[in-house]
Amino acid sequence: MKNIKQKLIEKLKENYGTSIESVVEFQGTLTITVGKEKLKDICTFLRGDFDLYFDMCKDIVGVDYQRPDFRFEVVYNLYSIKNNFRFLLKIKLQETDLHIPSVVDIWPGVNWPEREVYDFFGIIFDGHPDLRRIYMPEDFEYFPLRKEFPLMGIPGSIPLPRK
Amino acid sequence: MGLMDKDGFLTTKLDTLLNWSRKNSLWPMPMGISCCAIEMMSFAGPRFDVSRFGSEVFRFSPRQSDLMIVAGTVTYKMAKVVRKIYDQMPEPKWVMSMGACASSGGMYRSYSVVQGIDLFIPVDIYVAGCPPRPENVLNALIELQKKIARNEK
Ligand code: SF4
Repeated sequence: MKNIKQKLIEKLKENYGTSIESVVEFQGTLTITVGKEKLKDICTFLRGDFDLYFDMCKDIVGVDYQRPDFRFEVVYNLYSIKNNFRFLLKIKLQETDLHIPSVVDIWPGVNWPEREVYDFFGIIFDGHPDLRRIYMPEDFEYFPLRKEFPLMGIPGSIPLPRK
Repeated sequence: MGLMDKDGFLTTKLDTLLNWSRKNSLWPMPMGISCCAIEMMSFAGPRFDVSRFGSEVFRFSPRQSDLMIVAGTVTYKMAKVVRKIYDQMPEPKWVMSMGACASSGGMYRSYSVVQGIDLFIPVDIYVAGCPPRPENVLNALIELQKKIARNEK
């Protein structure tokens, strides 16, 4: 019997070969980078396939790399309870196009993690039912975990009550 | 205050009497926002027993309390709430800033944490530590009582 890792890589390559950008394994964690056009299809497939059955999206993380070829990365931490297997699914984003399809209808639990990534990086999840800020005040105008945001914030951007 | 034994009465100033009664029954409003609140609980609990100093009645309603213990990291978003609760407390009222976070932002030198609650409310006493030991908070309470007895604000 093949192990789940080989099965996953094979199935993905077979079905979505063209949109897979890289498959890397580092220190026991498998990372698969895919193009964002096929993200929704791939997620539906991973969730629905009976062998793989990735029924849990534990977390969604944003990363700001500020590289010349791409700016942001969105990382999906997918876990299959049945197989006890975890891997990271990554999407690279250009600064000019911050839209990415939402996967809330596949894993309802990622509603808040997607809001968190939106709050901190300004990445817009198309199709999210309620894309509001989650941690910062709703009238805050900046995205604080972007590299250009100063550590101490922008003075006066969040008013304090009068003394 | 002077006690006159043979005549059986007591002379004092009204202010002094009021302050004496206030200082011995400070009712704290536990504004427990993060980890310091755990230390504040043990300060109220049987081991350290703040009821020895008359402050065991923790009120979760600001309208019934007169000492606000701000125990924890105050973010900008929370600052409005802290201020609102402070405003709801009846006069006279005092504020204890418990721990490094409340006093100066502590280790959170960042865009989201207020660098000291004295930027938006008046603070009467600061307690150092991350978190302060309950003895330290007791000491602050005693110092605050002395301050009230001296009629300082
Ligand atoms: S001072 Fe230390 S213990 Fe207290 S709230 Fe801050 S981090 Fe937590």
